[in-house]
Amino acid sequence: MIVGSKLVLGLGAALVVLLALGAVMAPWLSPFGPNAQDILARLGAPDTDHWLGTDNFGRDVFARVLFGLRTMFAVSALSVLGATVVGGAMGLTAAWCGGVVDRLVMRLADVFFAFPIILLAIGIIALLGPSAFSAAAAIAVAYVPIFARTLRGPALQLRFSEFVEAARAIGAGTPRILLRHLLPNLASVVFVQVSLSLSTAILVEASLSFLGLGTQPPTPSLGRMLAESRDYLDLSPWPAVFSGAAILLASLGFNLLGDGLAERLDPRLRRT
Amino acid sequence: MPRVLLRRAGDLLFVSFGVSILSFLMIRLIPGDAVQLMLGANAEVTQSQIDALRHQLGLDQPFVQQYVTWIGRVLHGDFGVSLTTGRPVLTEIAAAAGVTAELTVLGLAGAILLAIPLGCAMASLRSPAASLAMRLLSITGITVPSFWLGIMLLYGASELAPGWAAVGWLPLSEDPLGNLHRLLLPALSIALPVVASLARFLRATMSDALQQDYIRTARAKGLRERVVLLRHALRNALIPFVTQTGIMTGYLFGGSVVVEQVFALPGLGRLMVGAIADRDYALVQAAILLATLVFVCVNAVVDLLYALIDPRVRAA
Repeated sequence: MIVGSKLVLGLGAALVVLLALGAVMAPWLSPFGPNAQDILARLGAPDTDHWLGTDNFGRDVFARVLFGLRTMFAVSALSVLGATVVGGAMGLTAAWCGGVVDRLVMRLADVFFAFPIILLAIGIIALLGPSAFSAAAAIAVAYVPIFARTLRGPALQLRFSEFVEAARAIGAGTPRILLRHLLPNLASVVFVQVSLSLSTAILVEASLSFLGLGTQPPTPSLGRMLAESRDYLDLSPWPAVFSGAAILLASLGFNLLGDGLAERLDPRLRRT
Repeated sequence: MPRVLLRRAGDLLFVSFGVSILSFLMIRLIPGDAVQLMLGANAEVTQSQIDALRHQLGLDQPFVQQYVTWIGRVLHGDFGVSLTTGRPVLTEIAAAAGVTAELTVLGLAGAILLAIPLGCAMASLRSPAASLAMRLLSITGITVPSFWLGIMLLYGASELAPGWAAVGWLPLSEDPLGNLHRLLLPALSIALPVVASLARFLRATMSDALQQDYIRTARAKGLRERVVLLRHALRNALIPFVTQTGIMTGYLFGGSVVVEQVFALPGLGRLMVGAIADRDYALVQAAILLATLVFVCVNAVVDLLYALIDPRVRAA
C-alpha cells in the first residue's frame, strides 16, 4: 500500500514539475511564438516542424499549449493562494474564537460548500466583466469556504493541545501562537488542500475560458483554444486533442500529488 | 427528525435572504453606470432614455425602498423583462432551465447506475496492484474535463458513425426518442467524471464497511460473498453515498452548463453566458437567484433523505 502511495505521489510530482517547467520555459522551448501565424501551414497534423500540429491560423499548437499552460497556472495559482490566505484566516479565527463567530463562519461555509462553483463564478464574472483576473477572483471566492472548513477542524483540535498551553504559559501572545505554533502544525493539511484545489481550479479556469468568460484573446488559453477548435474539428482534431489533454494532465498531476500527499501525511488514511 | 427539519428550514431562509441581497446588489455594484452599459455604447442613446430605463428599474429611488419593491415583485414571480428579447425573464429562464434540468437528471441517473456496480466490483478486488490501478484510473476519470470529453465523443461519433451524432435540441414533448438521442452524448460527458468520483467513494466506504464485525459474522454464518457484499456491506455504505451524490449534483449542474455549449443545447449555461455578453442584468440576476434556491432545496432534500435512511440521524 505504501509503495502505491509513493508511486502516486511520484507520478503527480513528475507531471506537475514537467508541465510547470514547460510553462515557465515556454519562450525557450518553443521554436514558434504563440501568436505567430504560418498561413501556408494551416490545420497541419503533427510533424517535425510543428510537433503538435497547427491551428486554423497556422499557429503552432505546441507553442500555444505551453503558453496556455502559463496562463492557466498563473490564474489557478493566484486564485488558490487568495483562497488559502482568506479562507485559512477565517478557519483559524473560527476555531480560535469559537462561539458565535465560529457558528456564523461555519454556517456560511456550509452553505457555499454544496453550491455549484461554476454558478458562483458566473455571478462574480457578471459583476466584474469577463477577464483572466475576474476568473481568478471568482475561483478564489468560491474556494474560500473550502479552506475555512479544512483548517477549522484541525485548528480546533490543536487549540486545546498542551504545546499551545505551554506557549501561552511562557507569555506568547495570540498572533504569535497562531502563526508560530498552530500554523506550522497545520502545514500538511494546507499542502494537501492546496494541491487538490489547484487540480479543480484548473478545470474551473478552463471551463470559464471555454465559455469565453475567462482569459480573453490574444492571451493564449487552453480553454479558449478548445472552444475555438470545435469550429474545424472535422478538418483537424489535433488542436482540440492536445489542448484538452494538457488541461487533463495538469489537473491530474495536482490531483495525484494531493492524493499521495494526503496518504503520506495522514497516517489514518494509509489504510484505505 | 424535527430538529433536522427545523435546522434545514433555518438554513433555507438564511441563504435565500443572503442570495436575494447579493443578487439585488449585483446590478447596483457593477463598476460604472449599469444603465448606460445596458443601453450600449450607442451614440444615439439620449439622457431621457437613460432616465426612463433607470426609472423603470427603480434605480432612482432610495436603496432600502428599492430592495423592498424588488423583493415584493420577486415574491410575486415578477423578475422583470429581458432587455434583449423583451420577454419576461421568468419565461426565458423556465425554458432554459428545463433543458439543463433534464441533462443534469439524466447525467445523475447514469452516474448512479454506473457507479454502484463499479464501486462494488472495485471493493471486491483487493490485491495491491488492482487497488493501485483503480486508484490511478478513478483519479484520471475525475479530472477529465467534461467539455473536452464531449468534444472528443462528438468527434469520435462523427468519425465512426457519420450522421448519427446530432447536436441541438428537440423537446421531449415533441420527439421523445430524438430528445434522448441528442442528450445521450452530453449526459455521458457530464456523467463520466462523476462516475469515477462516486465509484471511488463507494469503494472506500465499502472497504470500511467490510472490516466491521457484522461482516465477519455474516461470513461466519456461511453467507455467500455476493450476499455479504450486496446485502451487508453495500447497504451500510449507501448512507454516506447518498450525501456524496447530493454534493455531486452541484458538480453535474456545473458540468451541464459548460457541456451545453459543446452540444448547442439551449440551456441555462448558454442563456447566462449570452446574458452576460449582452449585459442583460435582469436575466443574470434572476437566473442566479433561482438556481441558488433550487440548490439549497436540493441540499435540504438530500439531508432529509439521509435522515430517512439512517435511523441514528432520524432519532437526533
